[in-house]
Amino acid sequence: MSNAPAEEIAAEEIDLTEANEIIDKYLTLPGNLMPVLQGIQDAYGFVPKPTIDLVAERLNVYPSQIYGVLTFYAQFHLKPRGKFIIRVCVGTACHVQGAERITETFFGRLGIGHAETTEDLRYTFEKVACLGACGMAPLAMVNDDTYGKMTVQKVDEIIETYNARPMK
Amino acid sequence: MSDNAGIKILICQGTGGISAGAKQVEAEFTRLIAEKGIVAQVGKRCDVVKTGCRGLCANDVLVDVITPELGRITYDFVVPEDVAAILDQHIVANEVIEKKKAKAYYNTFVDQQMRVVMTGCGQIDPERLDAYLEEDGFKAIEKCVKEMKPAEVIDEVKKSGLRGRGGGGFPTGMKWSFCAASPGNHKYLICNADEGDPGAFMDRSILEGDPYCVIEGMMIAAYAIGCDAGYVYVRAEYPLAIDRLQKALDTCYEKGYLGKNIQGWGFDFDMRIKKGAGAFVCGEETALMASIEGERGMPRPRPPFPAVKGLWGFPTNINNVETFANVRHIINKGSDWYASLGTDTTKGTKIFAVTGKVKHTGLVEVPAGMSVRDVIYQVCGGIANNRKFKAVQAGGPSGGCIPAEVLDTPVDYDSLIKAGAMMGSGGLVVMDETTCMVDVARFFLTFTKMESCGKCVPCRIGLKAMLDILERITEGRGEMSDIDTLLEMGATIKKASLCGLGQTAPNPILSTVKYFRHEYEAHIQDKRCPSNSCKELLLWQVVPEKCVKCGACLRACPSNAIKWEKGEVAELIKENCTKCKSCYDACRFMAIE
Repeated sequence: MSNAPAEEIAAEEIDLTEANEIIDKYLTLPGNLMPVLQGIQDAYGFVPKPTIDLVAERLNVYPSQIYGVLTFYAQFHLKPRGKFIIRVCVGTACHVQGAERITETFFGRLGIGHAETTEDLRYTFEKVACLGACGMAPLAMVNDDTYGKMTVQKVDEIIETYNARPMK
Repeated sequence: MSDNAGIKILICQGTGGISAGAKQVEAEFTRLIAEKGIVAQVGKRCDVVKTGCRGLCANDVLVDVITPELGRITYDFVVPEDVAAILDQHIVANEVIEKKKAKAYYNTFVDQQMRVVMTGCGQIDPERLDAYLEEDGFKAIEKCVKEMKPAEVIDEVKKSGLRGRGGGGFPTGMKWSFCAASPGNHKYLICNADEGDPGAFMDRSILEGDPYCVIEGMMIAAYAIGCDAGYVYVRAEYPLAIDRLQKALDTCYEKGYLGKNIQGWGFDFDMRIKKGAGAFVCGEETALMASIEGERGMPRPRPPFPAVKGLWGFPTNINNVETFANVRHIINKGSDWYASLGTDTTKGTKIFAVTGKVKHTGLVEVPAGMSVRDVIYQVCGGIANNRKFKAVQAGGPSGGCIPAEVLDTPVDYDSLIKAGAMMGSGGLVVMDETTCMVDVARFFLTFTKMESCGKCVPCRIGLKAMLDILERITEGRGEMSDIDTLLEMGATIKKASLCGLGQTAPNPILSTVKYFRHEYEAHIQDKRCPSNSCKELLLWQVVPEKCVKCGACLRACPSNAIKWEKGEVAELIKENCTKCKSCYDACRFMAIE
């Protein structure tokens, strides 16, 4: 080990009130780890590091176990995500209807790949297994808005629409 | 119908309907009915009812108008701009708008089906308990508690011949009796609504369209087995289903249909929703229970079976949504009636999600035993765009592909397995001549590899190795020995894997090799993809003899790679082409390859 002074790690400034409230709500429920983490994810948009320590302490579980759960399920995120989450369904029905060209066009237009976020935090892109609206295949979603019967042209229209939306 | 009977406007609001704009249509109806004073004009009540999925999602928004004079008329592709006309012409002037009316195929689609499980879906408002009660809701559980002993309920289900609709097809009554026989007073009941199979969405539609029937099915099972607590494990990708089920549960608690001493019948049952977090393997029952306990959703070896030692170590019974949705009909109408539907080994009806290259995609419920051909050609109108049928993939990633030669296979558990596929959750993805079977196998393997939990070696390493081989083949770098290697590995992985995911993951490969070996060989020997689907093997050019000079390719191309003028054969400019296949899919004459 060097003698250099330890680099001061700036503690992440984060308001834990909401996380504490979520933990209070599920404290006595058996199997509460997942609902707590889901609540935190809903509230903060992702699962920030300080909340993991808090959950470990208050629910009396090892942080390693929490990380195990967080990394196992596709719906948990450890990094901040974009304001607009673009999901393209790549289920079987969408696949045979050409979902691949939709995803690749998004990749090209946004310059990010699967599960990545643009630097300006505007977009996060995700391929998802099945959104269950196979009759409308191929399907894309931006946040809660669904776009059925997607074409490559529609990709550009969608990006234009959300580029025009304000960030705040 | 008496003159005082109201007018009903039913608007399909499943996820499909909403994504097509059903909310706006509903708002427009409500607004205009008030604004135009329709109720006063016709002297009747006009109820706008939002219903669950009606099945034909491709034609959303579907609106049914029921009036005493004209009966029930269905309009399809309704947009808010149509609403004023429907109100003025249909409801006030009593004239059907023939132009907007759903065409004859809609009636074919509906008439060919037999709706048992989905009777409520698309008819009643899923958010109103009264609507369910009017349809004899909770009569079945009342009959069970008041007139039958738990063992009699299990017997009735056994006699009906109901088999698990999650795909495995284990007899439901027998499953219940195992858990009922386990000692202890505290037992769990789980409803598996982790419908992860890409291409299947009937569980979601049932939960969205008729949540109370699932609750009632679970109450009956709980009474029969002796469970006092239940979970519904729903995947998080289904927010609307979670929302409607939660509302239904809240209402049940409020009105005393759940909780302690339900309706004064001396029967207790508690239920809650458990939201999944995006892991396909959690559809496997032992993984699902681990997930409810708050762990990583990893399967464990059986025995002990859940019926003996399940959730938190207590005896547990798990059934699928569609299974529970069947139960109340068996109790209400009797096991004899139920057993009279379907085939010798598969009783009742089965819901299929028919998607892909078929004319009318959607949910169809037919008596078990109808042939695959009838489902695709009679009910769903055949293949879209005048193309040729190639195969149908049944049962999702765990199933297999059925080629044209065995299209007359009846849809029941045993016949499908004999044909090399399986019922699975009931997804039927139809493929035409533009779908490459090697690519389909690669697709499913990519999916199962990604979703493998990684606990056991055959699944974790084996699937990756198989996928590598398939990728090589689709890129034109395959060898003839690869096919044998795939078959050999597939057999081993099936035998050696810990849970259902690994045990069925090789099925898409095994069935495509069995029926479409020539496509594998074309990729390996001729470096050619017969369906013009695998990117690396394509030349991309217009075949002048086949081109009918329609210009459809030009309209589809997003990158200015097509040159076309009226009356001329199209030309493909390779420098601009991104190989996105839009032109290929748009061309109905197979003139691009």
